[in-house]
Amino acid sequence: MSYPWANEYKPSHPAMVWLDERLPLPRLIYGAVGGGYEVPRNLNYFWNFGFLAGLCLMIQIVTGVVLAMHYAPNTLVAFDSTEHIMRDVNWGWLMRYAHANGASAFFVVVYIHIFRGFYFGSYKAPREMIWLLGVVIFLLMMATAFMGYVLPWGQMSFWGAQVITGLFGAIPLVGEPIQHWLLGGFAPDNAALNRFFSLHFLLPFVILGVVILHIWALHIPGSSNPTGVEVKSESDTVPFHPYYTAKDGWTVGLFMVIYSTVVFFAPNMLGHPDNYIPANPMSTPALIVPEWYFWPFYAILRAFTFDFFFIPAKLMGVLAMFAAILIWFLLPWLDRSPVRSANYRPLYRKFFYALVVAMVVLFWCGGAHAEEPYIMLSQLATLYYFAHFLIIVPIVSSIERPDPLPYSITESVLGPPTALESAAKA
Amino acid sequence: MIRILSLLVGAFFTVVLGYSFVRGAYTAATEPAALTAEKVFYKKPEPLHLPSDGMFGKFDRQQLQRGFQVYQEVCAACHSLKHVAFRDLAALGYNEAEIKAIAGKATVSAKDPLTGEVKDRPGTAADKFPPVVYAGLGVPPDLSLITKARPNGAAYVHSLLIGYQAQPAELLKQFPDAKTGDGLHYNPYFKNLNLAMAPPLTGEGQVTYSDGTKATVDQMSTDVTAFLVWTAEPTLEHRRQTGFWWIGFLIFATVLGYMSYRNIWAEKKGH
Repeated sequence: MSYPWANEYKPSHPAMVWLDERLPLPRLIYGAVGGGYEVPRNLNYFWNFGFLAGLCLMIQIVTGVVLAMHYAPNTLVAFDSTEHIMRDVNWGWLMRYAHANGASAFFVVVYIHIFRGFYFGSYKAPREMIWLLGVVIFLLMMATAFMGYVLPWGQMSFWGAQVITGLFGAIPLVGEPIQHWLLGGFAPDNAALNRFFSLHFLLPFVILGVVILHIWALHIPGSSNPTGVEVKSESDTVPFHPYYTAKDGWTVGLFMVIYSTVVFFAPNMLGHPDNYIPANPMSTPALIVPEWYFWPFYAILRAFTFDFFFIPAKLMGVLAMFAAILIWFLLPWLDRSPVRSANYRPLYRKFFYALVVAMVVLFWCGGAHAEEPYIMLSQLATLYYFAHFLIIVPIVSSIERPDPLPYSITESVLGPPTALESAAKA
Repeated sequence: MIRILSLLVGAFFTVVLGYSFVRGAYTAATEPAALTAEKVFYKKPEPLHLPSDGMFGKFDRQQLQRGFQVYQEVCAACHSLKHVAFRDLAALGYNEAEIKAIAGKATVSAKDPLTGEVKDRPGTAADKFPPVVYAGLGVPPDLSLITKARPNGAAYVHSLLIGYQAQPAELLKQFPDAKTGDGLHYNPYFKNLNLAMAPPLTGEGQVTYSDGTKATVDQMSTDVTAFLVWTAEPTLEHRRQTGFWWIGFLIFATVLGYMSYRNIWAEKKGH
C-alpha cells in the first residue's frame, strides 16, 4: 500500500524518464521493493523469511534449468544421467547438490515463514488473500518437490512415487483408475517419469506467478508487524530501501553461509542412502520414507490405523493428510480474535507452542519405522494438530482476554511519549 | 457456520485418533513385540577412520591405489564399477601409459562401426568399467556408489568385509528357525544377518601390495573401502576446496552487509 508519505519515483536520467512514460517498470519495482514501499519500522528477524523464500525459489530455478540441460528423463538412463552430472559435467556436482539441498532450504525457510504467520496472526483481515495464496504456494511446492525427488530414479524415487500415487488409490470406486491415469500405467514407469519431469519443470514457474500475486496482495494492506497494530503515521514506517534491503541483505549472507556449509560439506545429510540405488520394482526397501519436509504429513497419514465403521483406515489417513493442509485455508475465519500478534494473546500463545511441539513430534515420527512408540506418538500429535486448528483456535479466540496493545508502532519501539513530548505536541 | 462445521470435523478426527491411540496403546501394552534374530544379533558398523574423513580430509593416493588393486584382484570378479571410467584413474596418480595398460586388460563389448557386429575389444581410457555378469546369480550390486548407498556407508563396507563369522550358538538356541541357509553366509553387519556373498577377504597376503604395506584382512578392507569412497564421489576434494573459498567469501560479504545494516539503521533504532 502506498501511504500518503511514501516516496514517489522520480527518474532523473533522460533515458529513465523516457522509459517511465512508456513502460513504468522501474516505477513498479521502486514501489514494490524500493524506496517507495513504506514498511513498519519494528519488523523482527522472522520477517526476513519471505525474502529468503524468494531467494530459494530463484536458486532452484537457476540450478534446475542447468540440471535439465544434462538430465535425461528416461527410466533406462535417468539414474546414470544423474551420475553423469555428478562426475562428468563441469560443476555438475555443485548444481545437483545445490538443487537437492536447495529444496530442503526452501522448506526450512517456508516452514518458519508459515509459523511466523501462525504466531503473529498474519492471516487476519485485511491480509486473508496473502495467506490463501501462500497456502497455494505451499501446496505447489509440495507437488514440485515430490516430483523432483522421483527424477533421479533411485529406489526412494520409485517407491515414493508408488506410495504417493497409491494414496489416490484409496479413494472409493474411482481411486484405482485415477492412480493409473496419474502414472500413465499400472506402476511408476517411463510414462510417469516423463510427465513428472515435464511438470517439475513447469510448476516452479507457476509458483513464481503465484508468488507475484502473493506480493501484490501484500502491497494492498502493506506488511504486518510484530505488534499487529496497524500503521498510523509516518513515524511508524521506513522505506523498504535502504532499510529492509540492508536488513534482508545481510541475512541473505547468513542464510547462504549455512546453506553452503550443507551443500559443500554434508550434501547427503538430508537425503536417503537408498536413493543411490537404482530403482528396482522387484525389491521393496525396508523403509519407504519421503523427504524430511513431508514427514509431518506422512506421520498424519500413518496415524490412522483402524477402520472407523465404513471408512477404511487408509482412506481416512489420506483424507486427514490432505485436510491437514487444507484447513489452513479456513484459518482466517476460524480465528476470530481481533488481536493479531500472539505477543498480546497469553492463552493462544501457549497453544501455539503446543502446536510447535506437536509438529516436532510429527517430524520425528514421520521419518521413523511404522512401529510403536512412533505410531502412538503420531496419533497423539495428530490429535492435537486437528484439535488445535478446528477446536482450540475458534474457542480460544472468543474466550481469551488479550493483553493491552501499544498505542502505535512508534510507541512500541520508542516507548510511550514523555510528559515533555506530550506537552510539546499539545 | 464455518466454525460449527470445523468443530464437528475436529471432534470427528479427535475421536477417531483417540480411539486408535487407546486401541494401539492397549495392544502395545498387552502384546509385546516379538523379537527376531535380526533385532537381537544385528550389529551397527564399527567406526572407521579414513584420511578423506572430515572437512579437511584428503584422499591418500597411495591407499587408493592399494584399494584399487584389491578391487581389481578380489571384487572385480563379481562386482562392476560402471559409473567410473578408466580415465578417472588419473586422479589416483596413474599416468597415461599406466591407465592405457589397465584399460587394455579389460574387455569391452562394442558395436563395430564397419560391420555392425557387437564384438569384444580391449578397453580404452575413455571406456567405463565394463559390466560384470555372475553366471547363475544375476548381477551382484555395482560398487561405484556403494559407500553412498548405505547408511554410514564406508564404515558399513569395511565392517561387512571383516565381519564374516560362524553363526553364534546362542542365536540358534534363541531362534532355532534362523539357521543360516545353504549358500548363505552369516555376517552380523548385514541387515538380515545372512548374505549370498562368500567372504571375499579370506587371509593375510591375499593381495601383494607393491608399496610393501602388510596386506592384513583389515588393511585390505580399509584400503578397498577408501577406494570405494573415491569411486562414489571423485569430486569430493574439489567440493571441499571450493567450499572453503566460497564460504570464506560469504562470511566476508556477510560481515560487510551486517556493518552496513547497522550503519543504515543507526538513527532509526530506539533510544
